[in-house]
Amino acid sequence: MSTALQLENVAIRFGGVQAVDGVSFAVEGGDFVGLIGPNGAGKTTLIKIVAGLLRPDRGRVTLGGADVTDEATATRVRRGLALTHQIVRPFREMTVLDNVVLAAGIQHTSSPFRALLHVNRRGEDERAAHILGLVGLAGTERKLAGSLPLGQMKRLEVARALAVDPKVILLDEPLAGLNHAEASKQVETISQVHRRGITVILVEHNLEEVMRICRRLIVLNNGLVIGDGEPRAVMADPVVHDAYVGGGMVSHAEA
Amino acid sequence: MTAYEISIISIVGINVILAVSLNMISGFCGQVSLGHGAFFGAGAYAAALAMVATSSVPLAILAAILTGCLLGIIVGFASLRVRSDFLAVTTIGVNFLFIGFVRKQSWLGGEMGISGIPATGLGASGNMIMILLFACATIAFSFYISRSWMGFAFRAVGEDEGAGATLGINAGAYKLMAFGIGTALAGLAGALYTFFTQFITADAFDFIFSVMLMAMVVIGGIGSTWGVVVAAVGLTLLPEAIRFVNDYRLLVFGGLLVLVIRLAPGGLAAMVRGLVLRVRGA
Repeated sequence: MSTALQLENVAIRFGGVQAVDGVSFAVEGGDFVGLIGPNGAGKTTLIKIVAGLLRPDRGRVTLGGADVTDEATATRVRRGLALTHQIVRPFREMTVLDNVVLAAGIQHTSSPFRALLHVNRRGEDERAAHILGLVGLAGTERKLAGSLPLGQMKRLEVARALAVDPKVILLDEPLAGLNHAEASKQVETISQVHRRGITVILVEHNLEEVMRICRRLIVLNNGLVIGDGEPRAVMADPVVHDAYVGGGMVSHAEA
Repeated sequence: MTAYEISIISIVGINVILAVSLNMISGFCGQVSLGHGAFFGAGAYAAALAMVATSSVPLAILAAILTGCLLGIIVGFASLRVRSDFLAVTTIGVNFLFIGFVRKQSWLGGEMGISGIPATGLGASGNMIMILLFACATIAFSFYISRSWMGFAFRAVGEDEGAGATLGINAGAYKLMAFGIGTALAGLAGALYTFFTQFITADAFDFIFSVMLMAMVVIGGIGSTWGVVVAAVGLTLLPEAIRFVNDYRLLVFGGLLVLVIRLAPGGLAAMVRGLVLRVRGA
């Protein structure tokens, strides 16, 4: 398997805080990686750097072998990167279907000139409806996205990310704010995404679920990677264990 | 048809082009522009210079469209740098800058403007028909845009640029496109205005006029082509039909604007849509 995503010595500083302090790792195509760490460990910052929402002070990010460190988010997305936001950001004034259709039409919207010459959206409509069924949102197509309850909005985020037909998908706390039933549905969807051959990088507080579904665990603390490997082995590492207990967070997996 | 009717219809057609083109920038793509008069003026001056130099109508139209578009893309670059509320202030500044610049340029006639612009040779009714044809084409183009993937992406950029980026939409390119198309059409309207009056001064393109155009867009229903067309026609005819409105034009337009924003933010278009839904439901 080739390398889908690689970070080399990535670092960023906010004022007096070294949020990410020289992080390097590579993710193989088709892998399922959990990115965890106590609050303030730098997980979301790192995800934002990978997504192009933040520019690192130093280091390199490569996607499928191409250096994307200086590329905008939209360009990375067109290279096959998809992401869901921790705080959901649907287009509230559009219908649920339109939200996903817009993502599915990524080839048409790559440039305004191309977009101006295309009107037909039948293919995208069908694909979007299929994806909505996949994430369990069938029947909500005509509703305004802003009217959905949080659990469904979280699934809409996943649907939009899937619709851009990504090679790598970054999920930033896709379970946060969901009740138990909603969370297990969402986990099922995420597993399906992975089974389709998409590389998944999951940032999540819900350790129980992360341990259950991820094949590899990367643990961040104070902007550094302190553990990386098979989930159970990583969690058994005393350094990781200390960081979690010291950080005031107790693993559900151990409870 | 009387000369008065011909001139009113011509003005209505020009205002429709202006309001519909402003709606592409502010309605479709969400970029508040309060300086549309400047692009209209730039087109009018470009057309006037071209007519004086060559007397060629196609050349004058081309010069007006290119000048409006060029200026629009330059201002569009500002929209990439600033937040939407500050963009409104920037475009107001552009409008004042345009007026201030034109008034001081002797080659643009300074305070006196440009007079003695050669006629198109189409006559007043011919000009009117040309204006109406361009207005219809603008409306049709506007409908086409809102149905195309570009209109779709415009809505996304207008609502949330960041979320758009995660769907691979380059917000900057779309904003420049919206400014480029909208101001090119404003330039076209400027050329038609020049053909219509054969005499232009800077005052016709001031900030107050830009606010009136924005009032047409907001009252009609921001983003709705039909709503904006209806509002542009209505608000152009209103001062002609009612003497009081003509005397207190700014007061009436300002009052309407405040009322619509306060009571019906979707404008005429949303009101009609609501009514249709209620009738169907009953």
